[in-house]
Amino acid sequence: MSDDTNDAHDDAKPVLHGIARRDALKAMAAAAMVPMLPEPAAAAPVAPRAPLPMLEEAQQAKRKGPRGTPSDPVLQVAKADWPNKLQQRELTTLSALCDMIIPADAKSPAASAVGVPAYINEWASRPGGDASLVRVRGGLAWLDRESITRFRTRFHLATLAQRTAICDDICYLPKAKPEHQFAAQFFDTIRDQSATAFYTTPQGWKDLGYIGNVAMPTFRGPNAEIRRKIGVE
Amino acid sequence: MSSRSKVAPQYDVIVVGSGAGGGMAAYQLSVQGLKVLLLEAGRDYDPVTETPMFQTPKDAPLRGSGNADKPFGFYDATVDGGWRVPGEPFTTAPGSQFSWWRSRMLGGRTNHWGRISLRMGPYDFKPKSRDGLGADWPMTYDTMAPYYDKAELLIGVYGGDDDLENTPRSSPGVLQPPPAARSYELLTKHACDPLGIPVIPAHRAVLTQRQDAARLPAKLHPGNALAQRVLRQSMNERMACFYATDCGRGCSIKANFQSTTVLIPPAMATGNVTLITDAMVREVSIDANGKASGVHYIDKLTRVDHHVTAKVVVLAASACETSRIMLNSKSTLFPNGIANSSGVVGKYLMDTVGAGLSAQIPRLEGLPPVNEDGTAGIHMYMPWWKYGEQKAGKMSFARGYHIEFGGGRGMPGPGIFGGLESFTQGAYGRKFKEEARRYYGSFMYFDGRGEMIPNEDSYCEIDPTAVDQWGIPVLRFHWKWSEHETQQAAHMHQTFAEIITKMGGTVQGTVQTDGSKAIATGGSIIHEVGTVRMGSDPRTSVLNEFGQAWDVKNLYVTDGATFVSNADKNPTLSILALAWRSCDHIVEQLKRGNL
Repeated sequence: MSDDTNDAHDDAKPVLHGIARRDALKAMAAAAMVPMLPEPAAAAPVAPRAPLPMLEEAQQAKRKGPRGTPSDPVLQVAKADWPNKLQQRELTTLSALCDMIIPADAKSPAASAVGVPAYINEWASRPGGDASLVRVRGGLAWLDRESITRFRTRFHLATLAQRTAICDDICYLPKAKPEHQFAAQFFDTIRDQSATAFYTTPQGWKDLGYIGNVAMPTFRGPNAEIRRKIGVE
Repeated sequence: MSSRSKVAPQYDVIVVGSGAGGGMAAYQLSVQGLKVLLLEAGRDYDPVTETPMFQTPKDAPLRGSGNADKPFGFYDATVDGGWRVPGEPFTTAPGSQFSWWRSRMLGGRTNHWGRISLRMGPYDFKPKSRDGLGADWPMTYDTMAPYYDKAELLIGVYGGDDDLENTPRSSPGVLQPPPAARSYELLTKHACDPLGIPVIPAHRAVLTQRQDAARLPAKLHPGNALAQRVLRQSMNERMACFYATDCGRGCSIKANFQSTTVLIPPAMATGNVTLITDAMVREVSIDANGKASGVHYIDKLTRVDHHVTAKVVVLAASACETSRIMLNSKSTLFPNGIANSSGVVGKYLMDTVGAGLSAQIPRLEGLPPVNEDGTAGIHMYMPWWKYGEQKAGKMSFARGYHIEFGGGRGMPGPGIFGGLESFTQGAYGRKFKEEARRYYGSFMYFDGRGEMIPNEDSYCEIDPTAVDQWGIPVLRFHWKWSEHETQQAAHMHQTFAEIITKMGGTVQGTVQTDGSKAIATGGSIIHEVGTVRMGSDPRTSVLNEFGQAWDVKNLYVTDGATFVSNADKNPTLSILALAWRSCDHIVEQLKRGNL
């Protein structure tokens, strides 16, 4: 769960533009327009409203395909198109924290090996994501200061035991001390975003055993072993 | 100016909107040889080239997560829409909450819908006769059953042959084979059997095998060589589902139903359809005899106002948009909007009652890898099972709901494992990775989808204080649930908790006993129907049973606006069947010279 939503409720997006087809229409006299009456008399005659006279010619053009706007993006070759905001110094600390959350093990690599810090940079830098950016930057600054205060070294240079000592204090909001409430929220944010980034990579899918997104001629459902395990055999 | 009139085409029929109702109208009318002008307020859209098949979250900004511009995720097919449309606002009355999902694209919302295709049953057409509430439809299920068969054969629907109370079976040979159940679906059925809750194959508009292009066109269009030719070609272009990629993105292999893959291509192939996209219809015009003469639309690219004429006007702009056009079509004859002598246009707006709960199921933890993508939608569901108790007066609400449920080992996407810390006491490091492996696939959701009874307090009207960017007065929504809906929502929660407990799982979130805290916002289930209802009496309805306006005989409505009630059955299949029947009527009436 993110600490804020992407719903910016900003104003309407730029309107459509371009030139368009001509469509012939019957122009009729504007004089045929009849004002609308609130309550017509019983036998009021039908008064059709004439079409507006066409005042301008338009060239014919057909609008096809996505325009590349936020509500009509190009889906086939998508990528984030906003500048990243975190500085290298921040990314160094972030990378160390991500790898504390998702370290390498026998099944899959560490977070930093599959681009998790870069994704968190993309996420925190997104349009309308100001609150996320403050949380991430503030949290990273706190993390380094905390490490320097406790161990006289920045977080990424601290020993595993030292980094673990800090993470243990902030890894679970309900059990964090009052002075660690913000840091625990920050940790939770980074854990959630690291999971989003990591488990959407091929390495993350493989780790979890997600084997879909491939075309199959038939769909068979679970095999006997699985049916037995869940108790429906 | 007069020189232009000779190039102004005179169409047989103008169809406004290209979704389920409009796409079906364009198809059925054009294969009958009628000249059709199809107007769509959004842009042209081609699912074959535009659908992001197999693209993964990693390929998308923010891992494909939703935002205000793409509320159902980056890859959702919806163009220029969602809970808001750029430059096209609506308002809600004080004290009312209403959500209105729109799209602005060829094929409309059929491009992204859930494809759940449930028939209304015999009770659903005569609800008032059964329990005294709401209103009856002017026709019976038996009248509609052949159209359901034909619509299902045309679009392709998978499902079982269960024949339960008010949950009708399709005629033999109509449905495609249902896909096998997934592990969590089998487990749910296992838990529901002793609870007396039926879990049966869902009906969805997805091909599990290719359509019989040699046989079906002649069966659906006997004696019509043009229809058979274009339908055969269309069916030959459709592949069967290959059990991957989310239907909500659309389908480039045309395995599921969307107007843009199933209805519009054969309609265009007749050579009888002129399609104009980016054409925002604002008003139906009338002639001196009080008949519809055509429509006014705004070309969105040039902002030029156009008028086009035809013998018949069919409105299928989506329920509320159709109402909006009608209410904005004011004249001395119809000061309250065209064909609105009853005052019913805009009234009796309904959505589906929605409430849901999530669950964590230990028996689904740590299972061996298995591909559960399937048809990217439900394979099983629970139809309403308590008709008897309701009839006997044992329930606190009058109408039923069905249950849609899902979960399992779906594609890991944005937000995966958000909230996992509450299961793991804040695990991180190697422990976190172990817990992720354990819990992946063990979460489920249960969603109730129930019938709302139409009421006097839920309606839309023109807001006199606001226009959209095209200068068209916008809709203002009024909304109120009755206790029938809130009690039903509470019952959903209670039922889900029973099922989850029986599965040995734990409910995530709060089981609400106060249904008003469980029920989803009106409109948010995106089944808004009604506002231009059919009926048997011109004083209390706008349309006859064929979708023909009582007041204006060459004006028809073929979208969800025609609905008299909103059974718990998802509306699209019924819109398609009703639209087909309306088109048969138009063709017949035109032949007789009655329009």
